[in-house]
Amino acid sequence: MTTMTDPPQASFRLSQLIYDTRYRSYTFQFIALMLLVALMAYLGANLVTNLAEQGQNIAFGFLAEPSGYDINQRPIEYDSQSSHLRASVVGVLNTLIVAFLGCLTATIFGVIAGVLRLSPNWLVRKLMAGYVEAFRNVPVLIWILIIFTIMTAVLPSPSAFRGDNSESSMLFGSFAFTNRGIYAPLPIWEPGSQVVVLTFLASIAGAIYYRRYATKLLYDTGKLLPMGWPSLVILFVPTILIFFVMGRPISLDYPALETFNFQGGMQIRGSLIALWFALAIYTGAFIAENVRAGILAVNRGQTEAAASLGLRPGRIMNLVILPQALRVIIPPVISQYLNLTKNSSLAIAVGYMDVTGTLGGITLNQTGRAIECVLLLMLFYLTISLAISAVMNLYNNSIALKER
Amino acid sequence: MKKTVFLGALTVAGLVGGAAAAATLDDVKARGTLNCGVTTGLVGFAAPDANGVWEGFDVAVCRAVAAAVLGDPTSVEFVPTTGKTRFTALASGEVDMLARNTTWTFSRDTDLKFEFVGVNYYDGQGFMVPKALGVTSAKELDGATVCIQTGTTTELNLADFFRKNNISYEPVPIETNAEGQQQYLAGACDAYTTDASGLAATRAAFENPGDHVILPEIVSKEPLGPLVRHGDNEWGDIVRWTLNALISAEELGVTSANVDEMASAPTNSPEINRLLGTEGNLGEMIGLDADWAKRAIAVGGNYGELFEKNIGENTPIGLARGLNAQWTDGGILYSPPFR
Ligand SMILES: N[C@@H](CCC(=O)N[C@@H](CS)C(=O)NCC(=O)O)C(=O)O
Repeated sequence: MTTMTDPPQASFRLSQLIYDTRYRSYTFQFIALMLLVALMAYLGANLVTNLAEQGQNIAFGFLAEPSGYDINQRPIEYDSQSSHLRASVVGVLNTLIVAFLGCLTATIFGVIAGVLRLSPNWLVRKLMAGYVEAFRNVPVLIWILIIFTIMTAVLPSPSAFRGDNSESSMLFGSFAFTNRGIYAPLPIWEPGSQVVVLTFLASIAGAIYYRRYATKLLYDTGKLLPMGWPSLVILFVPTILIFFVMGRPISLDYPALETFNFQGGMQIRGSLIALWFALAIYTGAFIAENVRAGILAVNRGQTEAAASLGLRPGRIMNLVILPQALRVIIPPVISQYLNLTKNSSLAIAVGYMDVTGTLGGITLNQTGRAIECVLLLMLFYLTISLAISAVMNLYNNSIALKER
Repeated sequence: MKKTVFLGALTVAGLVGGAAAAATLDDVKARGTLNCGVTTGLVGFAAPDANGVWEGFDVAVCRAVAAAVLGDPTSVEFVPTTGKTRFTALASGEVDMLARNTTWTFSRDTDLKFEFVGVNYYDGQGFMVPKALGVTSAKELDGATVCIQTGTTTELNLADFFRKNNISYEPVPIETNAEGQQQYLAGACDAYTTDASGLAATRAAFENPGDHVILPEIVSKEPLGPLVRHGDNEWGDIVRWTLNALISAEELGVTSANVDEMASAPTNSPEINRLLGTEGNLGEMIGLDADWAKRAIAVGGNYGELFEKNIGENTPIGLARGLNAQWTDGGILYSPPFR
């Protein structure tokens, strides 16, 4: 006997939205979304009415007005007659400069400290642990201020360099370390200098090619070519020759003491140094922990296997451990880079004119356009953070375990 | 600071909408304290003394308003603001008024939507340099490093001055006067520039004030005065006329010593009587009682007394009355009549 049951009716009842597990989660997600939209709309409407009540509006026209203020560190042409927009761009570039330098240096500090924290040497290990704990657990603003204060208090002011038997003198006659920053010679590129630069670039390519060739020869025939000195020769001799052949087109502009300051040469301002160094050393402590975690994540067996093949400890680290550890290290390091970039907005504490200082500081204050400026700032930090993540993720993918 | 700006922006954005709306007087009365924005510390103008009690020339304006409105000069909550945070603090309703060395300018009045109720100190921007530099004029400052407070008119005047004279400088932006002082004394900048009164006050706090000179050039007009938000004219009137009461009191010879006596019975000067409420109903017109001005004057005396006590020639700051003398004494201090 067969019993025939009708297939369930396809009729849909509203109560299913709540009682049917197939739909329930969608229902709740939809409600949550609606609430969120309503909240946003409420806040937005609130903003608009309140602004209207105060007789204000949201407009970005002020960006085209002359800014009226000067900025000390100007990567691009800028003066007080330039627009607020240009002032913002100067700020953006300054942020990028300190973020780039900071990330680079933090990585170097972090890798060194992270590797050394696992050193078999007790003293080195403890020293590095001390570094990590000290820097990780004190707010970065404090470090910025400490480093800046030490710089202004300890280093001499430019006037100390004056006179024949002055209190301070320049290093090698060309570097001055003052409480306003470091002054160094600046290369001047005269016509013909491009040839020298091109020669140098070609030499780098040549040196790389030579090393590849030597390695290949070693693997193919077992013949060992010297690596060290030929690379150096390839790298420098042609460049130096061309430099003289072209009539020394690159010269140095040395800083010289004028009435108040050193002029000429290159100035790395104290504010940049303090900010850069503090961010690097602080973030470096976090990166050190990431590096350590990454190394510990690689199975000990790998080290032992490499050792049993006769590799030296340095090579084990470089050839076996780090490449594998990188996969664990990179993702958290991305967030450290993001943190560093965002922390650079503390720049005004030492008078470094980053985008928070120009757009979010002086421009905001002088124009009273708080909402516009803060919106733009948020947009900028969002963009730059997403860009850093994107680049680093590309890198991460390139070193990720290739599953075939 | 980032937080403040952001919170400020949000507040302006109206998350706590309405708090900043009209009827400041009612708010102040309901709260029982006056929130007054002052500097983060500038001796003579606004700074806490050894016991943490705020005192100074700007502070006195806050206290006078509190006395007029609340009857108690100590019912003031002083909110320290930097050059950068002051306007957000006022616009968002965090403070009811600002008395903070703030220059009355066109754009602050119209674009930032504030109401300057008067001028309590006519000033101008000056430069201070160490004597040892041997500089005698601001025009010799070519190539100098100059410390400035950000978010001020100082910053803009400085750019104008150097551009006009076609000389260069290196600005070092700082947030508070204290920071500027520290940087300047450490030699991180060659010159410090701000309002001349502020320079005098800053120099007075130095260990060796004699080692520093204030250059003769005054490069701008800086009428400093208290301000309130646009849109609450009643409140603006109260602050304006409290300041005027202090100024008129000096002109009319009403002092902290004789105000009680003069207010006890009508004198033979009708204007004094109107000011002190023994004649007419001026207090009522601004929503206060008849004794409001008497209380304001009784706190620390009239304008002249406050000047002498806080920043005058017998104080370390040593400012002369100069422009800030009564119009009857060759100055430009001139209160509209009480009638
Ligand atoms: N008057 C100018 C400058 C005001 C200003 O910042 N003054 C300084 C010195 S005169 C000050 O009050 N500093 C105290 C502080 O740092 O809080 C303006 O309104 O922009």
